[in-house]
Amino acid sequence: MPAYANIGAVIAVLLAIGAGQACAQVKLGAVLSVTGPASFLGDPEKKTLEMYVDDINAKGGVNGQKLQLVVYDDGADANAARTFATRLVEEDKVVAMVGGTTTGATLAMMPVFEEAQIPLISLAGAVQIIEPVRKWVFKTPHTDRMACQKIFADLKQRNLTTIALISGTDAFGKSMRDQCVAVAPQAGISIAHEESYGPRDSDMTPQLTNIKGKAGVQAVVNPGFGQGPAIVTRNYRQLGIALPLYQSHGVASKQFIELAGPAADGVRLPAAALLVAEKLADNDAQKPVVVAYTQTYQQKTGQPVSTFGGHAYDGLMIFVEAAKRAGSFDGAKVRDEIEKTKNFVGTGGIVNMSPNDHLGLDLSAFRMLEIKAGGWTLVQ
Amino acid sequence: MTELLQFTFSGLTVGAVYALVALGFTLIYNSCDVINFAQGEFVMLGGMTTVFLGLAGVPLPLAACFAVVLTVAVGLALHRFAIEPARGSGAVVLIIITIGASIFLRGAAQVIFDKRFHTLPPFVGGDAIRIAGAAILPQSLVVLAGAVIILVLLWAFIERTLIGKAMVATAANEIAARLVGIDTRAAVGLSFAIAAAIGAVAGILITPIALTSYDVGTVLALKGFAAAMLGGIGSAVGAVIGGLVLGLLEAFAAGYVSSQYKDAVAFLVILIVLLAMPRGLFGRAPVERV
Amino acid sequence: MRGLLNHRLFPALAMSAVIVLLPLVLPSAYYYRVAALVFVFALAAVGLNLLMGFAGQVSLGHAGFMGIGAYAVAIGPTHLNLPSWLAFVGGAGLSALVAFAVGRPILRLKGHYLAVATLGFGLLLAIAFSNEARFTGGPDGMAVSRFAVFGLSVRGAQAWYWITAASFLIGAVLALNLIESPTGRALRAIHDSEVAARVLGVDIARMKLAVFVVSAVYASVAGSYFAFLNGHITPDVSGFLRSIELVAMVVLGGLGSVAGSLVGAALLVMLPQTLTSLHDYEHMALGLIIMAVMIFLRAGIVPTLARALGRA
Repeated sequence: MPAYANIGAVIAVLLAIGAGQACAQVKLGAVLSVTGPASFLGDPEKKTLEMYVDDINAKGGVNGQKLQLVVYDDGADANAARTFATRLVEEDKVVAMVGGTTTGATLAMMPVFEEAQIPLISLAGAVQIIEPVRKWVFKTPHTDRMACQKIFADLKQRNLTTIALISGTDAFGKSMRDQCVAVAPQAGISIAHEESYGPRDSDMTPQLTNIKGKAGVQAVVNPGFGQGPAIVTRNYRQLGIALPLYQSHGVASKQFIELAGPAADGVRLPAAALLVAEKLADNDAQKPVVVAYTQTYQQKTGQPVSTFGGHAYDGLMIFVEAAKRAGSFDGAKVRDEIEKTKNFVGTGGIVNMSPNDHLGLDLSAFRMLEIKAGGWTLVQ
Repeated sequence: MTELLQFTFSGLTVGAVYALVALGFTLIYNSCDVINFAQGEFVMLGGMTTVFLGLAGVPLPLAACFAVVLTVAVGLALHRFAIEPARGSGAVVLIIITIGASIFLRGAAQVIFDKRFHTLPPFVGGDAIRIAGAAILPQSLVVLAGAVIILVLLWAFIERTLIGKAMVATAANEIAARLVGIDTRAAVGLSFAIAAAIGAVAGILITPIALTSYDVGTVLALKGFAAAMLGGIGSAVGAVIGGLVLGLLEAFAAGYVSSQYKDAVAFLVILIVLLAMPRGLFGRAPVERV
Repeated sequence: MRGLLNHRLFPALAMSAVIVLLPLVLPSAYYYRVAALVFVFALAAVGLNLLMGFAGQVSLGHAGFMGIGAYAVAIGPTHLNLPSWLAFVGGAGLSALVAFAVGRPILRLKGHYLAVATLGFGLLLAIAFSNEARFTGGPDGMAVSRFAVFGLSVRGAQAWYWITAASFLIGAVLALNLIESPTGRALRAIHDSEVAARVLGVDIARMKLAVFVVSAVYASVAGSYFAFLNGHITPDVSGFLRSIELVAMVVLGGLGSVAGSLVGAALLVMLPQTLTSLHDYEHMALGLIIMAVMIFLRAGIVPTLARALGRA
């Protein structure tokens, strides 16, 4: 009689799941990849949200109500993300959601929020989240297409038109690689050679040797995130390749410089103003915001700031300001106000949304940075 | 020519990493027929502990020693509190226990350490050595040398010491080993301690090349397991050769075939080798007890 | 009463009772979704259990077949204009074919060598799903259109609850019947001793291959449901970790116990949901629970409890 004994247990556990606490607070959901292959994105995102929700509550909350943050960790698994999305909607009854660390998780969760008519502000990079525009879906990070365009514009300025790509086979690397290939012809860039590497590979010299041996290549672009780009950069110097190397916004944290070491010198990448907070001109509209965020984050966590946490800050603040303007937490009203976000100064840039632009950033939000002597410098 | 040499350097670098992980699998398999899926976490613990003690101001050589001791303690605890109580269960049950242990250790590491990537400075100079246009990092040679030294020590231990022989006897036939007066429990425990030590040393040696983070163990365990099987599980020489072959396969596949499908090519070759040699390259002849 | 309890279909009867009564206590669509996921994974686990628990062969690549089933119902309607039910059946057929082709050579391997060969097979599929972005959407995955029969499309967690539950029951009954058939007895003989089975005239190679194909079809069907249920599919479905999870479900629930596969699947699907309140300590708790179950209930949850109750 095997099954008998377990019926009770199964039901008991199922019931236990539902024992959520009753609370008068307004709930804000966040499904983030706090663990797993994207944890170095999800971890600062979670810390940022927790930090600032506490801060907002300490200052009296929003519309007279306190926010309660409900964070679930999807481990970068789209299936888990979908389940947690259902849970946020059905059980926690959240008024909005800031999250989806990865594109895959966001794409899997979108239908749940669209059906429930709850605003979702994604923290993932790929352009397909906001193209085509979906009524309830927004996002804060610059798209990977913009990163490609920014890099290509810089290449054109330096009169470099033939490049090689070496990209990660993870979701971020693959998506950005596709965008770069798509926009290269318009930008007048030709891609002479392509290589890739796995997200956990520890040596990329074979791929780089092939690139080195390719005649006519004038620069190398590396769409990727995590430790891969750091190893690419080291191997690049190990092989003594002298061509300019471009990294992506996926490595936009001080940690990249630590990992790549002296090899990082001369590497260029597009990134948000956040990374060069102190170096911005005093009249730069973003300066007060990014300096304040940097100080708060580094003080509370003891870790260097990254643009990923910044995306979470932008998402949270866009929601909070929209809710204040709406004067309520009604889903439809908040959504309308998010769409009307104008001149919002965030860590990622100045956001101007519209019914056909649910990101609201343009290329000016990206700064071209160059690593010099272990620090960031702005390329003019 | 330069290309071939460079691909070989790359293959040896990566292969030496796999070889060190595979060696750890071998030892525990030899003493109790278990594939220890927490072996990758031993590697992680070695690297991460050294990094964090280093950050706390402990001189790196000392930090590395602490890391090895700590990992050995974890290995012994794994044996004492998880493997030993389940003695007599089937191999697959013990494997699930090691998987549980690996999830637990990864979970503990993300709380105790952090979720970011870390590195260690290379042991001897960071400048690449150039030979005929190809470049290899001195640290790669350190890792290779480490694999060979561990292999020799292990061989000497197993073949030349009584304790080593007791371990082999335990693996071959536990009941017979007990009958001749071997403390088989201690023998298995010892194999966990040594495997943990090998894992920790591997983690410390490879961190300057491959970087480390709390979840580095999963992929290393996967590749190390494949390397150990390719070489023939239970054979220490096989583990090292299997690791190097796997690394070279990946490098040549990336260089000559397709970098996108390099892992696929490597596993395809493993499949073909196993079909031709069902006991791996250096595996012992099958002994089936009826 | 004794007679009923000992009947071979008793587990199926008990599980149907659970399935019918459960909706009385499920408060929202979220619970229906979790329950449907349990049935989906239980179906795959029952198939794998036939291979592991009865034929004694370990597969670390079974999620690969889930991937075939999942991508069949994603790619079929999107790229080939197939109706979703045809893609569903086609996926199962394709899985059977692949299992037949792959199984013939690799099932000659034994023990851990078979494990690493199946692991390699699963990885090859996962790499292909991830790299062939034109068809699969790459690592970000692709959307899956709704399941439709005769123009009616299935939507909502409740509908999927009943469909997956019914499919799981059918799969469980088929498995229970197979186990009690002469084939099943031959399989168990292989598990106990291949040499003895061979002496008794069992065609071991054919038996192993047959059960490998059957278990692949179970996984493929489960994969298709998984894709429909999520509406979006990523290469993770066929990843190494997913394969390990399936093996863990089988062993935790009990090798050779069909009801055990349901319990194992329920445990590993629901634990991450219940442990969220532990936040950072979630993974430590999950690892500890897995270890504790295996140490204290070594034959698996269901067989150990059944034995304890039988003795009482």
